Amino acid sequence: MTDNQHQTPIIEAVDLRKSFGAHEVLKGLDLKLNRGEVVALIGPSGSGKSTFIRCLNHMETPTGGQIRFHQKLVGNSFRDKGDVIGFGTLRRQVGMVFQHFNLFPHKTVLQNVIEGPVTVLRQSKKEAEELAMDLLGQVGLAMKRDAYPNHLSGGQKQRVAIARALAMQPEVLLLDEVTSALDPELVGEVLAVIRGLADKGMTMAIVTHEMAFAADVSSRVLFLDQGVIAACGSPQAIIRNPENERLKGFVSRFHGQG
Amino acid sequence: MTYNWDFHGVWQNSDLFLWGLWISVVYTFGSIFFGIIIGFITCAARLSGWRVLDIAARCYQELFRCTPLLVQLLWFYYAFPLLVGGSIDNRVAAMLTLSLYVGAFYAEIFRSGIVSIDNGQREAAAAIGMSPMQSMTRIILPQALKRMLPSFINQSVIQFKNTSLVSVISVADLAYMAAVVNGQTYRPLESYTIMALLYIAMLLPLTQAADWIEKRLRVSD
Ligand SMILES: Nc1ncnc2c1ncn2[C@@H]1O[C@H](COP(=O)(O)OP(=O)(O)O)[C@@H](O)[C@H]1O
Ligand SMILES: [Mg+2]
Repeated sequence: MTDNQHQTPIIEAVDLRKSFGAHEVLKGLDLKLNRGEVVALIGPSGSGKSTFIRCLNHMETPTGGQIRFHQKLVGNSFRDKGDVIGFGTLRRQVGMVFQHFNLFPHKTVLQNVIEGPVTVLRQSKKEAEELAMDLLGQVGLAMKRDAYPNHLSGGQKQRVAIARALAMQPEVLLLDEVTSALDPELVGEVLAVIRGLADKGMTMAIVTHEMAFAADVSSRVLFLDQGVIAACGSPQAIIRNPENERLKGFVSRFHGQG
Repeated sequence: MTYNWDFHGVWQNSDLFLWGLWISVVYTFGSIFFGIIIGFITCAARLSGWRVLDIAARCYQELFRCTPLLVQLLWFYYAFPLLVGGSIDNRVAAMLTLSLYVGAFYAEIFRSGIVSIDNGQREAAAAIGMSPMQSMTRIILPQALKRMLPSFINQSVIQFKNTSLVSVISVADLAYMAAVVNGQTYRPLESYTIMALLYIAMLLPLTQAADWIEKRLRVSD
């Protein structure tokens, strides 16, 4: 839990705001993500969870406030500019897994996983492949190394996507509803992989509707509602014994799921 | 009505046909080559996110897509020189027009191929820290090229046929040579039939190959 007030966060959002045109989606959010922490983001559809998590790696450009990575401000250019780090640098160290996997269909499983290390980190192919095979082993897909994504099930695709993000050896992993596009029987295998990462101390921000999973895996839960953090606390306080009325209503709707 | 086919006179002029065919091939490949460059630049302008470039590129495209090629040839050969003062070689006018014409279509093929790639691909590439350039060359283009290929080949086949129009500004292509042979032999049926057969002989293998490639791409998708 959080006796790490004096620890410096890996990634931090300060009064984060995002508008699409006149529509203000994020209305000043703050988050400090410390090493080894798993934060679950829950909230109704349209509350801004995706926008928030996508601002953390600058997939969306914030329209106000700051993103800080190891206390350094992240700027709006790809490359570093003096003390301000570029979002290219940020993304190299902050992995992201998407709801719809977004694997590269023209590359095999192994090629998907080594693409980042080889192209972006300039690792040798051999070195990248060793790590990739290790990661594919961890997600249980070593035997699929030469398969193309279209020949995999949804659950397998998502596990490859996780391995692809991990291959960059990121300090933080952002997961946006990574089981929402899966058939119910395939959800478990993906959650098991994420749980394994949490056990190994991976720092993560997880958007999910799987309440039981969120309660189980996270150290902190944020309830987003209409672009603000409406409640924040331990899984016990937020999911198991919600007090806020809207939160209570939200959690009860998802009760027994996940 | 019966007609006595007589290929004798036409056969004696086979060198003219072959020369004409060669010229057609040169204009086809030449204009495809320049057209690819023009199409690439136009496509880049359209996707640059710069409004001025986008609009300029779009104007060029619509100008060339919405006027007949024949009209363009006549304009570049007869009108353009008056505009700039001086004269233009008919071969230069022909190559220029053909290239600009096919470039406008290629640009659209390239552009629609690129934008057809799911945005999730760009995001996945960005998420592992790729630069826009890396994302384009390693992730987007390999997928987009595959999708463009059938329409690209199709447009190029059409381009071969379009070269026959350069005969109206006296470029000695296959169609022009057929007319020359006809003028010498008074054998229009044979002259023009040979011309048609030569076009078919050139293009049939190409359309068959295009079908085959398209089928194969569909399987691998
Ligand atoms: N690219 C965009 N352009 C315009 N509006 C957007 C865009 N992305 C999200 N929004 C809007 O922002 C709000 C929050 O969306 P989102 O962050 O996806 O919510 P959640 O993930 O919690 O369901 C929604 O009202 C959505 O319509
Ligand atoms: Mg969402």
